[in-house]
Amino acid sequence: MEAFKNFTGLVAPLDRPNVDTDQIIPKQFLKSVVRSGLAKGLFFDWRNQPDSQFVLSQPRFEKANILVARANFGCGSSREHAVWALADFGFKVVIAPSFADIFKNNCLKNGILTIVLKPEEVDAVFAAIKAHEGYRLAIDLAAQKVSDELGWSATFPIDAFPKRCLLEGLDDIALTLIHERLIQSHEAAHPVTYKL
Amino acid sequence: MAAQTLFEKIWNSHVVHEAPGEPALLYVDLHLIHEVTSPQAFEALALAGRKVRRLDRTFATLDHNVPTTDRSLPITDPDSKAQIEMMRKNCRDFGVTLFDLGAIEQGIVHVIGPELGLTQPGLIIVCGDSHTATHGALGALAFGIGTSEVEHVLATQCLWQAKPGSMEIRVDGKLSNGVTAKDLILGIIGRITTDGGTGYVIEYRGTAIEALSMEERMTVSNMTIEAGARAGMIAADHKTVDYLRGRRYVPAGAVFDRLAERWLTFHTDDGAKFDRSLTFDAASFAPQVTWGTNPGMVTEVTSKVPDPARFADATSRRAAELALEYMKLAPGTPIADIRIDRVFIGSCTNGRISDLQAAADLVKGRKVAPSVQAMVVPGSQLVKIEAEQRGLDRVFKEAGFEWREAGCSMCLGMNPDILKPGERCASTSNRNFEGRQGKGGLTHLVSPIMAAAAALAGHFVDVREWVRR
Ligand code: SF4
Repeated sequence: MEAFKNFTGLVAPLDRPNVDTDQIIPKQFLKSVVRSGLAKGLFFDWRNQPDSQFVLSQPRFEKANILVARANFGCGSSREHAVWALADFGFKVVIAPSFADIFKNNCLKNGILTIVLKPEEVDAVFAAIKAHEGYRLAIDLAAQKVSDELGWSATFPIDAFPKRCLLEGLDDIALTLIHERLIQSHEAAHPVTYKL
Repeated sequence: MAAQTLFEKIWNSHVVHEAPGEPALLYVDLHLIHEVTSPQAFEALALAGRKVRRLDRTFATLDHNVPTTDRSLPITDPDSKAQIEMMRKNCRDFGVTLFDLGAIEQGIVHVIGPELGLTQPGLIIVCGDSHTATHGALGALAFGIGTSEVEHVLATQCLWQAKPGSMEIRVDGKLSNGVTAKDLILGIIGRITTDGGTGYVIEYRGTAIEALSMEERMTVSNMTIEAGARAGMIAADHKTVDYLRGRRYVPAGAVFDRLAERWLTFHTDDGAKFDRSLTFDAASFAPQVTWGTNPGMVTEVTSKVPDPARFADATSRRAAELALEYMKLAPGTPIADIRIDRVFIGSCTNGRISDLQAAADLVKGRKVAPSVQAMVVPGSQLVKIEAEQRGLDRVFKEAGFEWREAGCSMCLGMNPDILKPGERCASTSNRNFEGRQGKGGLTHLVSPIMAAAAALAGHFVDVREWVRR
């Protein structure tokens, strides 16, 4: 996995709660057997309506790499395709008041940072996007801080371990295999209980 | 030892490594695989030159893409075919057991795990699929993972997990006649909302839960993910032991007796503490129908489509407006006035033999409304075989239902079983997200008997009046 680097990026607003992974990437794109090229499926049904007003159909958000949404983002299916599609579109950060657990894990495995802000801070971001064309946010993971060019900023919580994984771009299979001896002794103590 | 919850017992006995401030490295006893979320995991494994660590703990099935029509015909969708072929190739190359089309064990991954006896109390079970929560009904800790984690488990048989909180949902008392496990879980999600369980593992307890059959418990645990929780679980008891006895992968004789004794220890000790506790009265639940685009947008069959204007906060008001717009429903419409075009009975929530039996008992001797197209899709081949032995296929067919082969089918429509835009469906599945059953399709989640009654009437009806007759 690539290490996460600080950056400043364009923010796209998705003003809905409970955005589920069926919306992020509809099922027809789950038939892919590779991780790449899924950007075309991102929010497919919302983007591909006649004269869609959907945020990512608007040319001014074409180059967005930060997505801000409402509570419980990424709920529903465990499909990692949702994260691959966001990444392929260019998103590096998703901001919301809360995320579904599996989605958050999937983001972490793909180097995408999920930032939890308080509902009123998320409100402030939505308002700022409305007020300022081309609104951008700077993301500093080490300092756990988001800030804009107008002087607004907020800090966000993140556990130490995922933070380190993102900052160092750690491969967690390699991390796990450091504990090979412990795994083996667990296996020796816990044989399979099936009749094979 | 201090009193422990069921969750803590299983968690603690599976920690391989733990350091302060880090997630725990957990050992996974059983890894189930299906064709949609695994190809990229196998690909990465092959690229890194890694093997599947424990072939005796890894089982694969085909369910999401499979056609439910005649199995002797070729699969027409080239992408579905490619994904199925890829699963076969990966299983061959890596040596993983695959329950292929035509095998008696084939079916929806969450139906076959318990049915084959792979799912057992006390195990940690994972699958690249959010409804893995189902298996928790047998006193296991079971949760869905992403494809990167599938790769990680294939390679290491372990998983890094931050410890979730524990939540107890107690349901005491008796469910009324005609109110099923599905209504109970939909009702709970309606009350606690779709992120009410986020960050928790939920244990369902209380006299109403104990009274449920094993299959009913699976229905409840299955939809835990719809409340946002990591996993659902229910203590193992004598029903669990009886359910597992004699199943394909369950040992027999003295080994079984020893296992059964151990299984019965997988319950929450008296005095153990949960991080959060909720209590409900079973008698307070009525048959449920969803009106919106997530499972928390649900109400009672005797009620009306809500008016978004009545929602207190702006965010839920907006969500309800969008949902009603998509669902083409006017606020205040009585639920019983909603006419339907399609009925789907099946899925990992309600595609088991008792679901089919309950629906068949209701439709026996009656006819599907002429305007409705209805289908029954057994959750597994074994369910299908048993249903046919009981003659349920004839009951359904005589009533005008289509009778299909096992698979996920119209739960998510990755195979040809989909709704056309604007078609309205009474479905026993678990998700009513926009386009879930086909682009523009309108899904209402209900129990199997509610779906069956709707098929006959052509609109929703309070099934309590039918079962009383
Ligand atoms: S039946 Fe539906 S929810 Fe269950 S595994 Fe299949 S697609 Fe997923």
